[in-house]
Formats: sequence, C-alpha cells, structure tokens
Amino acid sequence: MATLSPRRRVAAAAAVVMLAVFGWLIYGGLDKNVVFFLTPEELIEKGAKGYDVPVRLGGRVKPGTVKWDDKTLRLTFSVVDTGGVGEIAVVSSGAPPQMFRDGMGVVVEGRYGHDNIFQSTSLMVKHSNEYRPPKAGEKPQQMYKTLMKGAGT
Amino acid sequence: MTGLLAHDALLVSFVVIFFGLIAVPVAVRTGRRDWMMLAYSAVYTNFLLVTVAVGSMLYALVTHDFSVSYVAQVGSRATPLFYTVISLWGALEGSILFWAWVLGIYAAASVWVNRRREGNLIPYAVVVLLLISLFFAILLVGPADPFKAVFPVLPDGPGPNPLLQNHILMAVHPPLLYLGYVGYSVPFAFAIGGVLSRDIERDDWIRLARRWTLIAWAFHSAAIIAGMWWSYEVLGWGGYWAWDPVENASFMPWLVATAFLHSVIVQERRGMLRLWNLNLIVGTFVLTILGTFLTRSGIISSVHAFTTGTIGYYFLAFIAVVLFGSLMVVAGNSDRLRTTGRYDAVASRETVFLLNNLFLTAFMFTVLIGTLFPLAAEAARGVKVSVGVPFFNRMTLPMIVSLLFLMGVGPALPWKSSTRAEIKDKLLVPAIGAFVLLVVALAAGMRSVYGSLAFAFVGYAAMANLREYWIGMRARRAAHGEGWGTALVRLINGNRRRYGGYVAHLGIFLVALGIAGSQSFRTEREATLKPGETMILDGRTIKLKELWGRQEPQRAVIGATFDITINGKSRGTAEPRMNFYPTSQTPIPTPDVKSSILGDLYFNLQSIREDGSAATIKVIHEPLVPWIWFGGLVVVCGALIAMFPGGRVRETLTADLPR
Repeated sequence: MATLSPRRRVAAAAAVVMLAVFGWLIYGGLDKNVVFFLTPEELIEKGAKGYDVPVRLGGRVKPGTVKWDDKTLRLTFSVVDTGGVGEIAVVSSGAPPQMFRDGMGVVVEGRYGHDNIFQSTSLMVKHSNEYRPPKAGEKPQQMYKTLMKGAGT
Repeated sequence: MTGLLAHDALLVSFVVIFFGLIAVPVAVRTGRRDWMMLAYSAVYTNFLLVTVAVGSMLYALVTHDFSVSYVAQVGSRATPLFYTVISLWGALEGSILFWAWVLGIYAAASVWVNRRREGNLIPYAVVVLLLISLFFAILLVGPADPFKAVFPVLPDGPGPNPLLQNHILMAVHPPLLYLGYVGYSVPFAFAIGGVLSRDIERDDWIRLARRWTLIAWAFHSAAIIAGMWWSYEVLGWGGYWAWDPVENASFMPWLVATAFLHSVIVQERRGMLRLWNLNLIVGTFVLTILGTFLTRSGIISSVHAFTTGTIGYYFLAFIAVVLFGSLMVVAGNSDRLRTTGRYDAVASRETVFLLNNLFLTAFMFTVLIGTLFPLAAEAARGVKVSVGVPFFNRMTLPMIVSLLFLMGVGPALPWKSSTRAEIKDKLLVPAIGAFVLLVVALAAGMRSVYGSLAFAFVGYAAMANLREYWIGMRARRAAHGEGWGTALVRLINGNRRRYGGYVAHLGIFLVALGIAGSQSFRTEREATLKPGETMILDGRTIKLKELWGRQEPQRAVIGATFDITINGKSRGTAEPRMNFYPTSQTPIPTPDVKSSILGDLYFNLQSIREDGSAATIKVIHEPLVPWIWFGGLVVVCGALIAMFPGGRVRETLTADLPR
C-alpha cells in the first residue's frame, strides 16, 4: 500500500469522503422516515413519544364504531388489538373500501394527534392474497346482488 | 398423464445438465471440438425438455386437468381462455417454470449464436448457464413443483388471483420482466466465462456482454414501465410508483445494468474500468436473484408474493453461492483486470461517465438500504417498521435531477481533453432549452424545486442530445449533399450505438417530464353523487349518469357511467367499475382513464351505497401521465437501434476521436 501514487491517494481519499457523506445522508434520511408498525396497545404504551410521528397502525375495526358520512366524506372508527385490548379512535377522509365493515383487519397510516385521535392518510384493508373459496357468511356475491337490483340495468 | 410426462422431462434435464457440466472440462482439457459440441447440445436439449414441461402445463391449464396441483391452484372453468393461458405465470410454481423456460431460451440462443467462436469463453459461459439452469431445475422438482398429483381430483378450481385476471397488462408485464431479469444471466455467464478462460485481457467478453445486456435491458425497461402502468390501471389509487419493495426489486438491477451500459463504453474506448464493469455485471445478476427472493419468498407481502414456503431459503443459498463464487473468480484475476488507459482531464466525457456511474450506484444502494432496512430491523430488534416514501424521495430526487443534467453534459463533452472554446459552445447553447422548459413549467404553476429542476434539466439535456443529431446531419449535408431525411438515417446507421443511446435518452426525458408533471400538477376530488348530480374538477364538469350492474361468467360487475363536459362541450363518458370475483372478499377496483396528450382524467369508483342510490367517486386530473408510457416506448426503440449489429463502426470510431 505504501506504493500508492499521489494520484491514487487522492482518489482513495475522495472515495472515503464520498462514502462517509453518503452514509451520513442515508442515516439521517432513515432516522426521520422510518415508520413503525404498531398495534393500538403498543402505540398507547409509547406515551408521549407516540404522538405526531408517522405510524402504521394495525388491528381490527371495533364493531359498532364505524361512522361514514358520504356527504362530507368523513370516516371515523376505532381500531383495537386482535385480542380486543387497546383502542384508538381514527379519523380518515375519503371513502372506505366497499367491503369495509366491523371486525375486519385494517392498517391505517398517519399520525396520532395530541387530541388522542389518529389522523389517517391511507387505509388498507387486510385480506389474504391466497386463493381460497369464500367461507359461509362471507359472500360478496350477495352484496353485489342487492346493488344490482337497486341499480337497475 | 401430462404431469408424469413433465416430471420425466424435468428429471431427464438433470441428467442432461450434469452431462454438460462434465463435457465442458473434458472438451477444454483435450481441446476436442466434438466434446464441445456435445456440451453445447446439453444446453439445447435442456431447453427442449423445459419446453416439454411448459407445453404440458399449458395443455393441463387449457384442458382444466385439476389432477395437476398448479391447475388445481389457479385454474377454473369459468376463467376466459386468455386468462387461463397467462395464469401460467400467475402463481409461484408456474412462474418458476416460466423462468426456467425463459432461461432455456436465452441459454440456447446465446450459445447457438456464438457456437463457432474460438477460445474457451463460451464453454465456460456454458458451465455458468448450466449451473443456473440446475438451480431452477432443483426448484422445479423441490419446493416449486407445479406438477404434483392431486387426489381427490376436484371438478373445478378457484381461478387465478383476481388482481391478476382483471387487466390485459397482466399478459404483458410479467413476460417482459422475465425476459429482462433472466436475460442478465447471459452477460453474467459471459463475464465469468471471460475471466475463467483467461481471455479477459482481450476485452472480448465485454462486446458480447454489452449486446446481451442491452437485449435484457430493453425488455426490463419495458417491463418496469408496464408494471407502473398496470399499477396505475388496476389498483385504483391513481399512482404508478410508491417505492414499494417489489417495485424496488425490479428497479435495482435496472440501475446497475444502466450503469454498465454506460461504463462499458469507457472500457471499450479508453481501456479503463475493467474490474468495475465486471462487478457491475455480477451485481446486476445478483440483484435479479435478490429481487426474486424478495418478491417470491413471501417475506414481503404483495401481489407478487404467492404462498410462503421454503423457497426463500433456496434463493438465499443461491445468492450466497453466486456472490461467493463470483468474488473468488473476480478477486483471483484482478491483477489481469488493470486499467490500460489514462484519465486525462476533468472536463471530458470520461468524467461524466464516472459521475453517471457514481450516481447510479449510489441510487441503487439507497434503494437497496431502504428496501432491506425493515428486514434488518425486524431480524435484529424484532420491531416492525417500514421506510416511508419521504426517505426515498428525499434521497433520490437530487440524484435523479443530477443524472438528467449529466445526460445533457455527457454527449456534449469530447473524450479525453478539449479546448475551452469548444466546451463553452457545447455547454452554453443548450441552456436555451433549459430556460424555455423552466418558463413553461413556472407558467403552468410549478412550485416544487425538484419539479422545476427536472423541467429545466430535461430542457437542457434534450437540447444537447438533439443538437448532436443536428450537428451530425449538418455535417453530412455539407460533406455529401444529402437531404435532411437521408442524412438522419445515415447518421444513425453510421453509429447506431451512439444515436440509439441518444434516442433512449429522449425517452427518459419524456418519462421524467411525465413524472414531474403528474406529481406537481395533480388535482383530485372525491364526492358522493346520486344519478343526475355533478361535480367540478379543474373546469371539467362530471355528471353521474347512471349506476348499473351485470353478471359475467367469471365475475360480477358494478359500474357507473359519467358524462364529462368542458365549457359546455361534451367530452365523452367514463365507466369506472368494481369487479367482484367469487374468490375475493373485496371487489377489485377497475378505474377508467380518459387520456389525452396533455394528461389523464382518472375515474375510480370508491364505493356504492348499499341500496344503489349513490356512488362515491374519486376523480384525479393527472397531467402528462401518458408521456411516461410513451417515453418508455421511445427508450425501448433507442435500445433496439443500439442493439442491431452492423453499421460502419470503423469510420465512426475515428470520426469520434478528439478533433
């Protein structure tokens, strides 16, 4: 290594500096933009640290809490842990997915405000991608038939 | 029956591959051409055997043979024939089979084309190709066996994943992506073959690798654009890129391959970057396998991850083997990969190529770190995290606009060093283009910094690239008295690689404008309407005409018809729908996109009131989106121009030397 020419030494130094800058930028970028995936209970446990940071909140829609006003496009509901513990009120603007209903798995992305309301910017319904026939009582077809009658053709 | 036949074909392919792996060393040792030809025919035979397996699968799918496990998984009698055929790549096992087949095509074609070539480069490349084929053969009889016997045989199946049978682009994006991804195996094999055969000093492998990289790259570019388009047309969110792990997986090898296509020119011209280029090729190949691991192992949930199984471990092991093997090969020969050229001046085209490579690799590492970080965090600390879109945007936007700028500087600067006056003229004139597009963007209401920079640099680079054509054509006219048309055709023909590259650049500019425009000028509105009610978006009046429903063989459809009017003039109708598949708990959105040259009006039916009296609709005005798709087409055209051999390379080589 002692035989490096001055030219190569400059190149090596430049490479080290660039790597350091790149690493520092990446670190800074990650530090601010990592979104934690939490359940309602975990978010509540975070206390003050849980407020006003981007979070993905995953859980179930608490039965009986869904309110959707299709005129103001305001959707409110509560998310609870799978076990039923922890509860966080969510406000979301924009229409819920057609099949949005009580008890289903959801992931909402947004921030938990100091008013203890989670402002959601995106709402995803959890459903498995695996192919399986629908179970009894889980028939989208029925839903569609109501729609078809009402809509007329 | 078909299952047994295919199984036998795959088992025989093992024997053939092992035979080929033995035949090559024998041929190289003894120098016997007949053994060489036997080794080559192992590649052809393997291709034929996998073709038999693919043919059997297609036959089983079309005849609804539910005794074959894959058909039982994705087939259904109600699915239209077209979607039945393309469900060949609609789930894990079939996609691995299709991959193996594409690999077979590439291996056979690349060996056939070069079968008469002297030296040991091709024989060693055959070894590499056969080893990759062996890996996929193992998958096909092991964790991704599509031909398992099913008992009892059911009368019908569930059909393909609803998302994958809802749009015609499903017939386009996956095959293109395989043709791109798998295609990088060939330059990888040539690179390793080149090193092992000790022919590396002749730079022979680089010419072969470049052409095959370009073929794969053309498919891969088209596949990425088609994937964006699919996401836009099918998912109903009105976007085309979200830095989703599966998108990143497809994008990373593209970045490295793009870097290679540029730095390879420096090696050919100046004898520099030999070791670097070898690493880029190895990196591209490894990233394709890593991408397949990410998308197929189920480690990341998406429409691409099918079922979770053991297949991820196989891919991890394969990545380890490829990385270790390639590093040994490259490191063991690095003394013969020295640079022969000399770096002369800062203001030269070499510098721009170096910067291009620097940004592209930094880009790739940014995406790689952002993609792998959640996995690392979960493995190390057990926390579930994701890396937000702002990280990717903040990190990559500066690199993207820098690359756009370099695309204007590069073609203008000569090789080696040049005089001040020359540089000044070449670099200053395109600033007019930058000014014009910047004014256009600002006048249109652009307020974002990166959006403005993107427009300005695209203007700069586009003018610089077009000016190269202009200068070339003018010179031809003066020298040969040709008309403008003839001059253009002959100019491109004289150096297809160079002018093909500039065409690809123009395509990238269109894509960049499309992205910058649609991100900056996007407006959207959501409203609940009853039939007869209207909403207004950007001066467009949108009226809900009616809601309707119908039953189709494989699905039920709910739709809404909207009338669009601008300034009292009718501009047609839009019919967004929701498709209900029996196997899906949620309807599949089917947006309707009304395109014009200036942009799209994107309609998505969000939900319908249960009694059918009103519908909630989201309408998005997205300027310039069609430019992305068209730009992709131009990129592919550029690659096609650059790909074709021939032309008077000698003449242009000298013509290109510093004046």
